[in-house]
Amino acid sequence: MSDAAVGDAFTTQESVAIRGDFAILSRTVRGGKPLVYLDSGATSQKPQQMLDAERAFYEQHNAAVHRGAHQLAEEATDAFEGARETVARFIGAQSREVVFTKNATEALNLVAYSFSNAAAAGAMDGVDPALAARFALGVGDEIVITEMEHHSNLIPWQELARRTGATLRWIGVTDDGRLDLGDLDTVITDRTKVVAFTHVSNVLGTINPVAAIVDRARAVGALTVLDACQSVPHLAVDVVDLGVDFVAFSGHKMFGPLGIGVLWGRYDLLNAMPPFLTGGSMIKEVRMEGSTFADPPQRFEAGVPMAAQAVGLAAACDYLSALGMARVSAHEHALTEALLAGLAQRPWVRVIGPVDNKDRSSVVAFVVDGIHPHDVGQILDDAGVAVRVGHHCAWPLHRRMNVTATTRASFAAYNTVAEVDALLTALDRVPVVFGTVV
Amino acid sequence: MDLYQEIILEHSKRPLHAGLREPFNAQVHHVNPTCGDEVTLRVQLSGEGRSAVVADVSYDATGCSISTAATSVLADEVIGHSVKEALTSFAAMRKMLTSKGADPGDEDEIGDGVAFAGVSKYPARVKCALLGWMAFTDALTQAGVDIRATSASPPASLASSTITTDAATSDIMEDS
Repeated sequence: MSDAAVGDAFTTQESVAIRGDFAILSRTVRGGKPLVYLDSGATSQKPQQMLDAERAFYEQHNAAVHRGAHQLAEEATDAFEGARETVARFIGAQSREVVFTKNATEALNLVAYSFSNAAAAGAMDGVDPALAARFALGVGDEIVITEMEHHSNLIPWQELARRTGATLRWIGVTDDGRLDLGDLDTVITDRTKVVAFTHVSNVLGTINPVAAIVDRARAVGALTVLDACQSVPHLAVDVVDLGVDFVAFSGHKMFGPLGIGVLWGRYDLLNAMPPFLTGGSMIKEVRMEGSTFADPPQRFEAGVPMAAQAVGLAAACDYLSALGMARVSAHEHALTEALLAGLAQRPWVRVIGPVDNKDRSSVVAFVVDGIHPHDVGQILDDAGVAVRVGHHCAWPLHRRMNVTATTRASFAAYNTVAEVDALLTALDRVPVVFGTVV
Repeated sequence: MDLYQEIILEHSKRPLHAGLREPFNAQVHHVNPTCGDEVTLRVQLSGEGRSAVVADVSYDATGCSISTAATSVLADEVIGHSVKEALTSFAAMRKMLTSKGADPGDEDEIGDGVAFAGVSKYPARVKCALLGWMAFTDALTQAGVDIRATSASPPASLASSTITTDAATSDIMEDS
């Protein structure tokens, strides 16, 4: 990768090398057709380097971390904590601010439950009252989300509102798939205690203006929670630069293994928060009458942690770092450009989301006139092209865009322009099969 | 691909018995949580108990070609037939759809329903084909029919199943 500039798409030669790291991309599907995997927004495929790292952990170092004094326990603990440092470095954070969870959904629930758990008697004993007040939520307080949230950053806040009596409000979405910031100041007010929003929409591909929302939230003293599931795998993300208070993302969408997610939080906030899940590993001292809890991040990592997955995720971070996030995003930007251009030539296709390739990530959702997305997806699948169909866990957003469901293509670093062409070619069969174009 | 038989495409473009009509004994609303497809379905019966006849099935549906066509075939297959016969058709349809390609279906029992045999090879689409049927059996229950007692000889797949208003929400194929 020596000849290309920092922000260039991958060359053909580089693409061949990258694809060589992902064994699954060379398999065939549906009767011998080459797999064209355009569903990385749901989950990405895994490079050999990540799989090797996980396997090496099990073969050479496997033990329960943070327990035992034998050599394997030490090595496993070092591997786990080393992985935390790698992940922290990847997002510009300190490692003590990185909490491993089972997935991003759990990370978001962890933050949401901190508010209602903080209301329990004694939960905030010893916490600076000013800090404790930021987690106090009740009738008259407001939680703000957006209309483009994935269910995982929507339902935890709906449920938190229900548990506490707080009111849920949301920032709307414009017809072209951007956040409607026109009434930002009336939605986020001094009643707002927390603002939770997505960095990149998993349907529209919109990259949201984090700074504008954070500025307003800070002005009213609200905490901010960013769902970064669709940004960390595709864009260079520095959590400190973003200015938010919490960031959640999943490992499996960024070439890492299933079963691990990350919550990053500002240390003073994590340190003020009561535990979410309780049990082994997360304690300071346990007596029959009651217990005290460990400092973050261990306070939020009850039970034997997923050390092998952490090691795998660190290897995935290293893999992405070696590719260079600037080049990954430039490459995906070029693929998105090619797909948007191809779809624009087909008047029977309508893109749901921004049609200009600005402040836009590499997921593209669309509908085909008169044909249900499940039927579109089936025809694409028959050609070996894997896309996602449905509401993509963003049902209210689909209602807002006046569609029941969409077909969604999403890219990762291993995709190529040839695969965009394969999608477009397969798509041209759809109106023929269903007889909507003669 | 053997999924989109001409007969399915035909039913999906021009669904039979579509639209909501009166009178009706029961109305239900079922949703496929995977994709947001929905059907509102009404049933009108004449007569009582085992000998009751399905006088009308009317519906308003939003869905893919498979679910639209399946509901069209369902309505055409059961209207004018006894509840007992309708439930036999349902059991045969379900047996075929969940056979993973092993059961080609019996035209005597399910009529145009045999065109859906190919659906059983695509697990993610089985729910599409069953959405209308789940709504129909739910509507029968709401109309006071004891489904198990009425079915003369319920096949194992029917006897062991749970038919409730949320039947359509089981077996989610995809996170939602």
